[in-house]
Amino acid sequence: MSAAPAGGGSPAGRVRAMVLRHVFLLRSSWPRIFEMMYWPTIQMILWGFITTFLMTNSSYVAQATGILISAVLLWDVLFRGQLGFSLSFLEEIFSRNLANLAVSPLRPTEFLVALTTMSLIRTLIGVLPASGLAVAFYHASVFDLGLPLIGFFSILLVMGWAIGMMVCALILRVGLGAENVAWLAIFLIAPVSAIYYPVSTLPPWLQPVAWSLPTAPVFEGMRSILHDGTVRFDLLLHAVALDVIYLAIGATLFLYSFHVARRRGLLLQIGE
Amino acid sequence: MDGGGPNPERSRSPWPRRPIGAISFPVSDSLIEVCGASKSFDGIQAVSDVTFSVARGETVGLLGANGAGKTTTVSMLLGLLLPSSGSVTVLGEDMARHRHRVLGRINFSSPYVDLPRRLTVIQNLTFFAHLYGVPDPRGRVRRLAEELDLGAFLKRRSGHLSAGQKTRVSLAKALINDPEVLLLDEPTASLDPDTADWMRGYLLSYQARRGCAILLASHNMAEVERLCDTVLIMQRGRIVDRGAPRDIVARYGRATLEQVFLDIARGRPRETKAADAAEEAAQ
Repeated sequence: MSAAPAGGGSPAGRVRAMVLRHVFLLRSSWPRIFEMMYWPTIQMILWGFITTFLMTNSSYVAQATGILISAVLLWDVLFRGQLGFSLSFLEEIFSRNLANLAVSPLRPTEFLVALTTMSLIRTLIGVLPASGLAVAFYHASVFDLGLPLIGFFSILLVMGWAIGMMVCALILRVGLGAENVAWLAIFLIAPVSAIYYPVSTLPPWLQPVAWSLPTAPVFEGMRSILHDGTVRFDLLLHAVALDVIYLAIGATLFLYSFHVARRRGLLLQIGE
Repeated sequence: MDGGGPNPERSRSPWPRRPIGAISFPVSDSLIEVCGASKSFDGIQAVSDVTFSVARGETVGLLGANGAGKTTTVSMLLGLLLPSSGSVTVLGEDMARHRHRVLGRINFSSPYVDLPRRLTVIQNLTFFAHLYGVPDPRGRVRRLAEELDLGAFLKRRSGHLSAGQKTRVSLAKALINDPEVLLLDEPTASLDPDTADWMRGYLLSYQARRGCAILLASHNMAEVERLCDTVLIMQRGRIVDRGAPRDIVARYGRATLEQVFLDIARGRPRETKAADAAEEAAQ
């Protein structure tokens, strides 16, 4: 027992440890990796055929061949981002490991950073192969969006994290009964996110709701590039500002719920 | 612990009694101090006005029936629960406010908290070594695997271990950061008598080398008698008695701590028992 007493290490070291734990998990379970790639790929193939059909029947789609496939892939960034965050958190609950983490030197903020890192990794595993297949099968590349793609990707990923944090906060408050919310939450905003149609399609009373989410300006911005070849920086800034607000709300709710769970002693019981 | 120092005669095991070698630890050097701590949940008092301390190199046992408040007390010590009133100080830090300053120097093991089941034993220990910022994680895991005899199942998933193997791995995780304060909930649960005896010996040996403070919650009275310098007996959230195991046994006029435990659990006052014992002796 000659090791020097450990003082808990550095914040970066603890985040790395958490990522390592999830990488161990992924490495030992190919079905998990397969599942991550499965839905984005199936979605892309489905919408690829729809696009092929519509190109000969719709002038809107014919004007920009990649518009539906890009929308599908970007939507999946949001979905995978949220799911990657929530499932990494749920993994700790399912394995009854939350108490081990709560009494380790890991701080709740570091836990948040670790979960966002895992979300990024999971999202890339899911979306990159589907993006490659879209190029190979349909000659439709999301990368045609150019540099703004990095902005769109980041904004949607961050919004996914924000929703993931809210979902996890709910699970911390009410327990695993809210587990299904992790799968369903994102679809609540899908109709008003203007993924496949412009915001103007929505009824007037619903349009302010759409513009209050960062998703609508991202998809409007995407269409602007693919249709008109113009980069709408105003939409990008609009989305970034909303992202910051939603991320702050999500992080606050998560940290507050963690604190309440600690006060009520729920961290030991939440997996039961 | 108030009024209790290390008890060099408590073990009848072939394992060394504490402390090994010439290490001595000042009793006043309290690593755990709980002062008037209470905890209530929705108006139900789980722990009420609990006060005790644990010194460096000391082992204190927490005894009590189910629902007596042991887990709540341990949870407050870990900072998993905030006390409704009173204070909990570990390694000089208030656990309600500054727990993260000392969590790297504490660890715990409980049969009610699992390690990630889909990870292998070596992956789990490596993960926790990194999480606690252990220098040379690989070497530390290797040493613990040797000391706790985990080699045969290091590459097995934690979810596929037997109950006894899980308990040993859980202890390895609890020792991964070489803690100064060790909180153990039923450390030998699910172990066969031989392995449990070996484990108790290992804990004594570890503590003698490290000089850590150990708080042990257990239902195994023989284990408590062997390992603990001091025992706190809890009932309905309160500490109803405390002292060195043999002193408590003598006070109640009983032969074993288990008999004392049953007396308290069944509500027989110790004065009655002492009188009974005196009467029996007189006859």
